[in-house]
Amino acid sequence: MAGTGEERKPAELLAAARGGQRRAVARLLTLVERGGGAAEAIAAATHPLTGAAHIVGITGAPGTGKSTLTGALTTLLAAEGRRPAVVAVDPSSPLTGGAILGDRVRMEAATGAGVFIRSMATRGHAGGLALAVPGVVRVLDACGFDPVLVETVGVGQIEVDVAAAADTAVVVVTPGWGDAIQANKAGLLEVADLFVVNKADRPGASDARRDLDLMLDLSEVSGAAAGTGADAESRPAIIETTATEGEGVQDLLRAVDAHHRALKAGPGLQARRDRRFVAEVRARLEHVLIQAADDVLVDVDSRSGATPVEAARHLADRFLDTDTPR
Amino acid sequence: MDGPEEGATPIRVVLAKLGLDGHDRGLKVVARILRDAGMEVVYLGLRQTTATIVDAVEQEDADVVGISMHNAGHLTLAPLIVAALVAAGLGNVPVVIGGVVPDEDVGELEAAGVGAVIGPGTSATEVVASVRRVVDGRHG
Ligand SMILES: Nc1nc2c(ncn2[C@@H]2O[C@H](COP(=O)(O)OP(=O)(O)O)[C@@H](O)[C@H]2O)c(=O)[nH]1
Ligand SMILES: [Mg+2]
Repeated sequence: MAGTGEERKPAELLAAARGGQRRAVARLLTLVERGGGAAEAIAAATHPLTGAAHIVGITGAPGTGKSTLTGALTTLLAAEGRRPAVVAVDPSSPLTGGAILGDRVRMEAATGAGVFIRSMATRGHAGGLALAVPGVVRVLDACGFDPVLVETVGVGQIEVDVAAAADTAVVVVTPGWGDAIQANKAGLLEVADLFVVNKADRPGASDARRDLDLMLDLSEVSGAAAGTGADAESRPAIIETTATEGEGVQDLLRAVDAHHRALKAGPGLQARRDRRFVAEVRARLEHVLIQAADDVLVDVDSRSGATPVEAARHLADRFLDTDTPR
Repeated sequence: MDGPEEGATPIRVVLAKLGLDGHDRGLKVVARILRDAGMEVVYLGLRQTTATIVDAVEQEDADVVGISMHNAGHLTLAPLIVAALVAAGLGNVPVVIGGVVPDEDVGELEAAGVGAVIGPGTSATEVVASVRRVVDGRHG
């Protein structure tokens, strides 16, 4: 919230944040989330300081255990002397704009181990998440956190995209038929670099693994047929975990690290960063264009005799031909 | 400073229950009330300690923290929380206490730096108003 007496300038905050002051990190994240001038200044200041952090996306259906897993994983990372941070995204209520962000409940051990955790609501505005998350990750990267884990609910396209924009995208499913199939439908299969079958303490974990294997076989066949083999990386590993017991979490950590090493050894890491850069530019551009569209829409006259298609074409010509509005 | 250009930031509340006792039904009700009033509620749930609450307030850049306590320890625990926040440089984050607090203790809690006390019978509207009031009244 604005209005406190001790409001500090972004540059000052960034210096404090990089010096280890968590309150300053948190404040920067608030400003980035809010958007506008301060957010742009922070993006400009942090961009040159990024690139060290391994960015890990964790996604999957609600209740699959993403937060529990993220908590266990980062607790382990902290115990190894690394400096993990978590961004846990949950949906805002479309009606009130409010949100209940409950992921920290499952990350208590991580909090105790000194992991920096930030809960984030999707907030109403269209594509807001695609704008805010890259900026938030950039701040954490610039402040020396590594890895940065981003948890999103893998139901909406934007949420899936956000996780997919990571260096390593982890898709979490649980035993039982539905989940793997759901994951396929939601497009999660294509974005996964690693699969976790969590809740392996429940019956059906090996069936879930088999389903995933089958689906991967199928997608490899169709991928080869479609000629998308060019940037094909190795087939995603499937790890079974019981996050509540910490079972398999060490294996997952090794797999995450191995994926990062493989990316670094080849062109993969740079390719992903390039892709992420373009995706963010695209999200920003869409944002600017939508705002511009909203501005010109006030001129639309429904009784002018033009069809909607003609009216749209006319307006589009107007702002694509003239100097780019700024 | 620059005004928010992209729509105002919702009030961010950290909500926790301190101590070992009880259930979190009441806390969940409050969480929903605040969400429905357009706030972002960072829910910590049961069995929190002063340290976990301060960590959350810090990392989440909360505007206010709501703490439920039901084991009559409020006269000692509430000032501890306030002191811990001050020690962490978060003294400008108001503390709202929920729970069974006898009327005669309210003054003492407020003197100890607690922003508001919300008793069992408080209506949803009053809960929201209390939180808004302490956030508006916060000082640097
Ligand atoms: N049986 C079992 N339950 C788990 C496991 N991992 C998480 N859970 C439980 O599943 C529920 C949802 O977990 P949560 O981490 O919040 O899932 P998220 O919505 O994907 O973030 C909680 O009640 C967890 O305790 C597991 O490995 N086994
Ligand atoms: Mg979660």
